[in-house]
Parts: sequence; C-alpha cells; structure tokens
Amino acid sequence: MTDQIVVARLYKTMLLIRQLELRIAEIYHTDAIKSPVHLSVGQESIAVGVCDPLEKDDIVSNTYRCHATYIAKGGDLFGMMAELYGKSTGCAGGKAGSMHLVDIKNGVMGASAVVGTTIPVATGYALAMQNEAKMTGRQRVVVALCGDGGTEEGCFYESINFAALRKLPIIFICENNRLAIHTPLEKRWATNQLCERMSTFGIQTHKIDDADVFKIRDTMINALAEIRHGTSGPIFIECATYRWLEHVGPLDDHYDDYRDKNTYQLWQDNDQISRLARMLDDQVRMEIEKEVTLTIAQIEKYAEESPYPAAEELYTHVYAS
Amino acid sequence: MFTQAEEIKAHAGPQKTGTRLIRYVDALREAFEEEMARDPKVFLFGLDVDDHKGIQGSTVGLQEKFGKDRVFCTPLSEDAMTGVAIGAAIAGYRPIHVHIRMDFMLLCMNQLVNMAAKSHYMYNGQVKVPLVVRTMIGRSWGQGGQHSQALHSMFMHVPGLKVVAPANAHDAKGCMIAAIRDNNPVIFIEHRLLYSTEGYVPTQPYAVPLGKARILTEGSDITIVAVSHMVMEALRAKKHLEAIDIQAEVIDPVTLWPLDMDTIMASVKKTGRLLMIDNAWLTCGASSEILTRAMEICQEEAISMPALARMGFAPTTCPTTRPLENLFYPDGRTIAVKAYQMIKGKQAKGWEPPVSAKTEIDAFKGPF
Repeated sequence: MTDQIVVARLYKTMLLIRQLELRIAEIYHTDAIKSPVHLSVGQESIAVGVCDPLEKDDIVSNTYRCHATYIAKGGDLFGMMAELYGKSTGCAGGKAGSMHLVDIKNGVMGASAVVGTTIPVATGYALAMQNEAKMTGRQRVVVALCGDGGTEEGCFYESINFAALRKLPIIFICENNRLAIHTPLEKRWATNQLCERMSTFGIQTHKIDDADVFKIRDTMINALAEIRHGTSGPIFIECATYRWLEHVGPLDDHYDDYRDKNTYQLWQDNDQISRLARMLDDQVRMEIEKEVTLTIAQIEKYAEESPYPAAEELYTHVYAS
Repeated sequence: MFTQAEEIKAHAGPQKTGTRLIRYVDALREAFEEEMARDPKVFLFGLDVDDHKGIQGSTVGLQEKFGKDRVFCTPLSEDAMTGVAIGAAIAGYRPIHVHIRMDFMLLCMNQLVNMAAKSHYMYNGQVKVPLVVRTMIGRSWGQGGQHSQALHSMFMHVPGLKVVAPANAHDAKGCMIAAIRDNNPVIFIEHRLLYSTEGYVPTQPYAVPLGKARILTEGSDITIVAVSHMVMEALRAKKHLEAIDIQAEVIDPVTLWPLDMDTIMASVKKTGRLLMIDNAWLTCGASSEILTRAMEICQEEAISMPALARMGFAPTTCPTTRPLENLFYPDGRTIAVKAYQMIKGKQAKGWEPPVSAKTEIDAFKGPF
C-alpha cells in the first residue's frame, strides 16, 4: 500500500499544476496574461515525480514549458503568476514572462525559450556542484529537463558526452511527448531508441513509458541516492507523456487533426491525477481540492493587484555591478 | 624606417618602477596565475589549455600549479562548453573559457547571445554571469577565411556583453584581471600577432578599468582610433606622418563595449579629424558605431562636424596568398596616406611613406 501522505502530497502538487494551468487557459482570452504560454496539461506526473524527491537546494533546469516543473520544485507561486501578468512582483520583475520562469532560492534555474539551450547550462551548474561537494562533502544534484525536440539539438549530445566524461552529478530527463510543435517523432527520428543511444556514452538509462508518477519518483529516488553517494555519474531518464493542449496557447487543438484522438483517449484514461484522486479518502481529497482552489484565487488576485514595473526598470540589470 | 625597438618604446611608453619588459602572451599567463591564486572560484578550460603548448604558452604550467579541477581541456563542443561556462558562472564560479581562434565562436553564439548576455536582465538580477571568453584573432601565413575573422562588432551589438581587445602587454594583463573580476560576461579578444610583442608590465596584479580608452600618443592634427592589432599599424602611420610634420593622436579604445567616447571626442574636438582604423570589416562594425556616435555627439553639442574617415578589412573573405592578404589589411603606410589626404585634401598626391622595416607580420611563420 502506497503511503497516503505521499499520495496526498503528489496529488496536491499535480492538481495545483493542472488547475492553475486550466485557469490560465480560461482567463487567457482576457489578455490579462500578456505572455505566450506553453501549458503542461497532461504532463504533470513527470514534473512532480521528478521533483518530489529533490532537496530544496538541488537544481532543476527547465524548458520553455516550465510551469509544471517550476511549481513542482517549489517555485514561488505568487511570483509566477505575477510574472505571467507582466507585473513588477513577478519572479523576473515582469521582464521575462512564462517561458523564462526562475526562482534561484528554490532551486529553479532560469528557463530558455530556445530549445535545448539550458541543457549545457545545467551541465555547467553540475560541474560547479561537483567542485562544491569536494569542499562541503555534500553532493547537490542538478536535474536537466528537455523535450524530445531538445534531444535533437547538438548541445544535447555535447552535454551528455561532457557530463559522462567528467561523471557530473546530473540527471537528464527527456519528457517525450512525441511532438515538436506539430511535427511527430516519426518525421524527426531515424529510430526511437533514445535510451540505447544514450547508453553508448556509458551512462545509466531508464525508460518509463506510461508516465506512472510512482515509477518516475522511485527511479528518481534511486538515481539521486547513487549520485549523492558518488556511485554513478550522470543518469538519463526518458519519460513518455502526452500534451493535451496545443503547443502554445490555451486551446485543445485536436480538432486540427494532426494527431490521433484514440491516443489522446488512452492518455486521458491513464491520467495520473485521476488515478491519485481515486487512491485518496474523499475527505482528504476534498480538503486538497479546496486548498488548491483557494491558492489559485489568492495568486490570481495578487497578480491582478500588483503594479506594473516603473519606466526606469527598462534599464536595470542590463549589466551586473 | 621604424624599428621594432622604437615601436615597443612608442607602444609601451617609458619604463616605470616595478615593471619589466615581457611579451603580451606572458602577461596574459601572469594574469591567470595571479587571479587563480587570489580567488579559488576562478577556473580555466577549453580545448588544448593543458597540452604541452598551452595556447602559445599563455596557459603553460597552470594545471601543474592549480590542479586538474581548475585547469582542464574539453571536447571541442564549443556550443555546450559555453553553456557549461555560463552554468558554472551562475553557480558562483568565475570561468575563463578559451578559444584558439575567434572563428569558432560562431558555434557559441546561441549561448553567448541568448544566455550569457541576457541572464542577468531576464532573471531580474537573480543571477550573474561572471564569465571570460578568451578568443584569438588570427592573421598571416595563410590563416585564410576561417582563421582570421574579427567578430567583435557582433558582440558589441548585444546588450549584456562587454567586449575588450587589448593591444599591448600592459593592457593584456590589466584587462584580463579586470575581466576576471567583472560580474558580467566579457569577450576578451586577443590577436595572434600581438602575442610576441613586448611591453612594460607591472609585476604586481592590477586592473585596467574596462570602458576606458587609452591615448597612446598625443598630437594636434588628426585623431586616429585603432583597434587591436591595428593599433600597431596606427603607431607606424603616426611615425610616417611625423616625418612630414603631421602630428597624429593615436587612441586605443581598449574596451569596445562599453565604449569610451569621452576620450575620443576630447581628442576629436582638438584635432577636428577622426580616422577610425578597425581590425575588422567596416559594415555594421565598430567603425560604424564610433563614427556615428561622434556625429551624434557633435550634433547634440552643436559643434562643427569633424572630418571623418575609416579603414578596415577589405569587404571580402580573407585570402591566404600573401600578395592578396597584404591588400586585405590596412597598414601603417595606407593609414598614413589616408591621414595625409584628410589633412591636405583628396587631390594631395606625391607623398608615399617609406616601406617599413621588418614587422611582426613578416616575422610570423605559423602554423599557429
């Protein structure tokens, strides 16, 4: 029997991500959010399964589809929503928007809008953590997330090679939703043997093909233990998933007919949030749902009421002092 | 005739206490050694930095002294290694990433432009990127189209980057120390032909402030602003012009961004003439920027427009064969003729500066 406390915690975070993103989609047409949003609806189990076993000072590096991981890693929710609204209280002062969420205090490295770009940056962070551990004796771990598209960038292979060469404390996660914008994997990959490709770098690989949040979390717990104890260098984990909504924007675009509705149905039937809900007592579940609803209302209000940045903010932080 | 010894004197100025004559490349090495000893967060990496040649000697012995965690070679992977440097910098380290030729930096543009330059701004000051990217412009002995490019203007274009191109040993050491201590990404542009030039360099650590131009020689007739290796050619031109009683003020911007227009304009107001010699192509280049700023400042201050001209690489790919390569670059003589015409008028003919003595260009025998 899975620990109910864990189930409740995972459910709460996944539900928060789902409900907050659906709320973003709902209010998107009002133009209160002036930022292109790449929603993670349907992909929450990866972010939460990956981040749940991390320490606060472990680091995650994100893709532009970064809301889920930002939330799962403990990124400040008020700062996130205000950022989407372009307000001065945003996590980046309103200067970066949805694609560049950042919260260094909570271990969220800044995300990039350019596919693959943060993979080597995360690798460099891991190099620093490896050096730091020689002084502190405590190994912090970096988790670098990318999509299946990100693995097509040269810097992905360059980073994996370097990380393997230097046995860096980093876990590479590929969220494989099989789509690059609208283009399916079949049009982009010669073979789908991604883990096999990665294993030729001499690193441990894992493939989880059903987005099972417990499998993802267990794999992470083991991977983290190995890296913290120095018995393994980089580890690669491929997680299959499905993007329920359009690439960018608030809509379900299955009417566009570029992907198979039966597959969508299978992934909906396999929805990890519904699964967790079924595992909880009704009372616990309803408490969580109430709390999530309240949180979303609070952060939305905060974002609405926050001021826009003052004009002089245009010129702050161009150069560091 | 302008001898190498005279040139060094003109370039390095008189010897001061606590200095000695050392080569540009050794001045760089000294900067690394001193800064790495001072700050354990500084590390240096790149292809070949720990091999027996040590980037022309600029990194020789550093791994022995500071260990393999702080001085190490990398796979080529210029793109990812730049990202690695940025990540380590964000995590609180001070990486120095080395490229043997500037042309390879084109493989790093995504990381430099999208991450290094923007992170401090885009993440609203939550992170800093104290990164030095060392890069070398090549020239001569057949370096050709892809080993000779000078791409500083591409980096000047992007807010968030600093660009420095020291032209003598003193500034090489002082600017490197300043760049390592700076909390921003600094593109540090060296020139292969400057490596063997000597200058008086203090034995102690010192920082040459970034963003401050250096007046190398004073003169009242024309301001010549020259970049990187072209500073040497401008000094040769100055010597030629002196022989016909024309006094040129030669200014080295040292830092290309942020640009010290105050020093340049103070000189231009005095001479009424500005000849800009870039060690690069002209279109959308440092010369475009400096001349445009000069015009804007004259307009803003309602002062009369100076005579303006510029020289740089021929608008072609750099050819390898010597006769064509010689035509590709401005030199002391062509610069002197241009300055002479600016002063005497376009029709002025009949003056040809003498051919210079053997220079560092003739002396260079490759392969690197």
